[in-house]
Amino acid sequence: MKPTNIEDPEYFHKVIDCQFACPAHTPVPEYIRLISEKQYTDAYMVNWVSNVFPGILGRVCDRPCEPACRRGRVEKEPVAICRLKRLCADNRNLGLTDRFPAIPTEKNGKKIALIGAGPASLTVARDLMPLGYTIDLYDEQAKGGGFMRSQLPSFRLPEPVLATEVNYILDMGVHTHFNHRIESMKALLAKGYDAIFVGTGAPRGRDLPDLPGREAGGQGIHIGIDWLAGVIFGHVTSVGKRVLVIGGGNTAMDCCRTARRLGGSDVKVMVRGQRSEMKASPWEIEDALGEDIPIIDNHAPVEFVIEHGHLVGMRFVRTHAVPDAAGEMRAESAGEGPVFFPCDEVLLAVGQLNAFPWIEPDAGIQFTPQGLPELDPRTLQSSLPRVFFGGDAAFGPRNIITAVAHGHQAAISIDLFCRGLSLLDRPAPKVNLAGQKMGVHDWLYHNQVAVTERQAVPVLAKAKTLKDRLLEVELGFDRQVGQAESLRCLNCDVQTVFRAELCIECDACVDVCPESCINFIDNGTEEELRTRLKAPAVHLGQSLYLAGPVASGKVMVKDENVCLHCSLCAERCPTSAWEMQKFLYLSAQAGQP
Amino acid sequence: MTFFRPTFRHPELPPNAAGYRRQDYEGGISTLCAGCGHDSICNAIIQACFELALPPHRVVKMSGIGCSSKSPAYFLAKSHGFNSVHGRMPSIATGANMANRDLIYLGVSGDGDTASIGMGQFMHAVRRNLDMLYIVMNNGCYGLTKGQYSATADKGSKSKKGGINELESIDLCELAIQLGAGFVARSFSGDKQQLVPLIKAGLAHKGLSFIDVISPCVTFNNNPESTKSYHWVREHSEATNTFDLVPFQQTITAEYDGDTVQEVALHDNSVIHLHKHHDAPDITDRRQAIDNLEDHKAQGVILTGVLYINPDSADTHEILHTCERPLNSLAEADLCPDGQILEAINAAHR
Repeated sequence: MKPTNIEDPEYFHKVIDCQFACPAHTPVPEYIRLISEKQYTDAYMVNWVSNVFPGILGRVCDRPCEPACRRGRVEKEPVAICRLKRLCADNRNLGLTDRFPAIPTEKNGKKIALIGAGPASLTVARDLMPLGYTIDLYDEQAKGGGFMRSQLPSFRLPEPVLATEVNYILDMGVHTHFNHRIESMKALLAKGYDAIFVGTGAPRGRDLPDLPGREAGGQGIHIGIDWLAGVIFGHVTSVGKRVLVIGGGNTAMDCCRTARRLGGSDVKVMVRGQRSEMKASPWEIEDALGEDIPIIDNHAPVEFVIEHGHLVGMRFVRTHAVPDAAGEMRAESAGEGPVFFPCDEVLLAVGQLNAFPWIEPDAGIQFTPQGLPELDPRTLQSSLPRVFFGGDAAFGPRNIITAVAHGHQAAISIDLFCRGLSLLDRPAPKVNLAGQKMGVHDWLYHNQVAVTERQAVPVLAKAKTLKDRLLEVELGFDRQVGQAESLRCLNCDVQTVFRAELCIECDACVDVCPESCINFIDNGTEEELRTRLKAPAVHLGQSLYLAGPVASGKVMVKDENVCLHCSLCAERCPTSAWEMQKFLYLSAQAGQP
Repeated sequence: MTFFRPTFRHPELPPNAAGYRRQDYEGGISTLCAGCGHDSICNAIIQACFELALPPHRVVKMSGIGCSSKSPAYFLAKSHGFNSVHGRMPSIATGANMANRDLIYLGVSGDGDTASIGMGQFMHAVRRNLDMLYIVMNNGCYGLTKGQYSATADKGSKSKKGGINELESIDLCELAIQLGAGFVARSFSGDKQQLVPLIKAGLAHKGLSFIDVISPCVTFNNNPESTKSYHWVREHSEATNTFDLVPFQQTITAEYDGDTVQEVALHDNSVIHLHKHHDAPDITDRRQAIDNLEDHKAQGVILTGVLYINPDSADTHEILHTCERPLNSLAEADLCPDGQILEAINAAHR
C-alpha cells in the first residue's frame, strides 16, 4: 500500500465522519467546540456560513451526520449534533446580523431569477447577494420558506424560527415576488435573466388512484402534504377521531402527529413493509410512538371501504418480506384474507413526485424518462445552459440539508457562468492545519474523552402539546446540558499527523493508544494489511493511514475507525513524530478563488 | 507525564480463552518518560499474560526500587504485588513463593536493582532456581539519578554528555546460565514480536526464567553512541532463532521452511519450537550457550532470543522437598500432629 497523501484535503476531511457525511460539509466539530466554550454566536456563524438555516436545521434536519458520528462506534449513541446546533441558535446574540457579509450597493449588472422560495433558492440568494447580483425570487406562497413553511408542523418548527432565518436572506435586498406563480418557462426566459435557478421542490403528493373506493371516499381521503399545508395555513382545523396514515416516511410521522393534535384520538400508521425498513428517521418514529400512535407494519392497503357514501375503513393484506433478485427485501402478500381497520379519515403519505407543468416541452430543457431534468450532477446545469436546478426539483425528494448543498453548488455554477468561466473549474475548499500543542500534556482542545451517555432533550408534557399544534414539543438543551453533550464530541477534526523521519520506534504510541489503532508492521496490500493489524480493521469505509517506512523498514499503519483523537500518541511520543493538528475544512462557496 | 487515559477500548477486540479482555491485564497510567523502553516491556507483559489467559488474580508481581521497579504499577492492576526495598526483591519473592507455591511469580527489576545493590540477592535466587520469571529492564544507566552508568553499561559506550564507560560490564545472562537458571533469554523492548513469546515461554518454564530486556532510557541514554540506545540495538542485534511457544492445550499447526526445528518440552507440557539455522548451537547445552554469547560479543553483536533452556531443571521446592500443599495452607493440626504420629515415626527408627 502506498503512503497516504495527507496533502490531499479530502483525506482528513473523510476522517471527520460527521462533516464528510453532511451534504453541505458543515464543520461540525468546530462549532461543537465553540459551543463547549459557550461561544454560541460564533458557533451559529460557523453553521450559518455553511448550512444557512441553523435554527431550522437544528430542529428538523435529517441528520446524516449522526449515524456517521464516531462516538456512535465507540459508544451506544452518537453525539446529539442536531440538537447542539439548535442550542447555539437558541443562545446566539440576536445582533449578529452585523456579521453577515456586506451587500454591495453597486450591483454587478447580472440578474438572476430564483423560482421557488425554499431552502435551495434561498441558499443561492444568500451566496450570490454579497457578490453584487440582482435577484428576483418568485413563489406562489405569501411568504418565503417553501416546503419548510407549508409542510413542517409548527410543533416541530415554530413559524418565528423559520421566518427569522428566511428574512436574514430576504433582507439582503432580494426582490421578492410572492403570491406569484410562474406559469411559463418560456415567458420567464424571455425576460432576459442572466441565469435562472429552479428550486420548486417535489410538490405533488402521490395518490393511490387505483385502489377500489378511492373516488367514492373522496371526502375522507387526503394527500398528506396537501393536508399538512392545509393545517398550517388554517384551512383544516379538525380531523375525525379515527385516522389511518398510510406510509412509512417522515411525512407520515408529521401527518399522524398533526392528526393527534386536531382531535384524532385513535391514529394509526399503516406501513406496507417491515418496521426496520421504514424510511422515517428513527427519532421521528419514536416521537410518534410516544404520542400513542401505533405503527402497524407489514400491511399493504387493498381497498377503501365505503358504506352509505361514507368512508368507514380500509382493508389491508398482511405482507411478509421476501428478498427480490437484487437481494433487497420486498413486501409480498402473505396469502391470508384481508384485514379491516375502521376509520373516519385517511391520510396518504406514500411519496412525493416532481412536477414541472410550467416548463414547456419546447423550452429547451431536456427531461429524463422519470420526469426529472437532465443535469450535470456536479454543476446542476440543465441542457439549457442558463437554467440550473437544485433541491428536490433536481434529483427528486431528499431533504433540507441536501437542498442547501445544491444551493451552494448552483451559486458557484451561476457565478462562474455569469463571469464566462468554465463551470468545471470550481473553487477549491479552504483548508487549514493548526498545531494543538500548548505544552506538556496541555492541548488547545478537550482531549479527555470519557464514557458519557447521550443527553436527552427535554420535552413539554404530552397532555399539553397534544392540545395545541403550535406548541413546540422539544424544549432544546439548556446551556448546562448542552455543554455536557458538546464534550461528547471526539474532535475528529484534530488530526493525528505522523512524520516517519522523526520516529525512533519506541512503540510508546502503540502501547498507549486506548483503541489499539496504531501498528508498525511490514507493508503489504491494503486488503492484506487489514488482516494483520492489532485490532480487527473490518470497516472498509474507514481509511488506513499509512506512513513511512521508518528506520527499521516497517511502516506505520493507523486504522482511523475508532481513533478517539485523544492525543495520547502525541503526548507519549518522545520525538514529536506524532502531532495533533486541527484540520479546518470549509467547502468552497461562490465567488471564492 | 500523562495523567488521563480514556477507558474506551477497541469494541471488536475479542476476549482470550479464559474470557478476560486485554484491559483486565492493564494497570495504571505510566509516569515514566515518554518513549521509555520500560513502557513497552510492560505492554509486552500485558500481552503475554492476556495471550496465555492467566487469571490476573493468580499472578504476583514483585519489584525493588528504580524506574523499572515502579513499572508493576502499570500492568496487571488486578494481581498481587509487592514493591520491596532496593535490590531485595529476590528475597521477598522467595518468601512469597515458599508461602504459596501455587501462584505465578513475576519479578521486575532494573540493572541497578539487580546488577549493583541487588547482585547477591539475584545470584542466590538463581542458584535456588526459584520458580519465577525474573525480568530485568536493562537501560545501562541510573535513570532516577540523572543517568550515571550502571554495572551493565558496556565498556566503551558513550553517554549523552560524552563520557566513555571505562568499567567492565556485567552480562546478567551469562551469570544466570552459569548459576543454573533453566531458561535464559535476552530481548529488546522495541521488538515485541520477539519479547511477547519469550515472556510467555518464561512464564511456562518451571524454575527460574531470566529475561534481560535491553530497554533504552530515552532521557539519559539514547544517544547514537550508546550501546543501549534504540538506534544501536536495532543496528547491532542478531536473533538466535525465531520461535513459538505452544501452550500444552494446543496442537501444533505452523510449518516453517528452510530452518531446522528444535523442540523443547517444558514442565507443564508446553512446547517451544525453535526455528534456527542448522549450524546454530544447541540451546540446551550450557557451554555452547555461553560460547555463543561470547562469540557474538566479540563481534560487537548483541545476541537476542532464547539463549539457554534446561527443561529438566529442578526448582526450589523440588530441591528442598517441600510438601505439595502451599505452606500458608498448613494449619496447626498439619504442623503439630498428635502423639500417635510421633510414635509411628519413632517406631520406624527402632
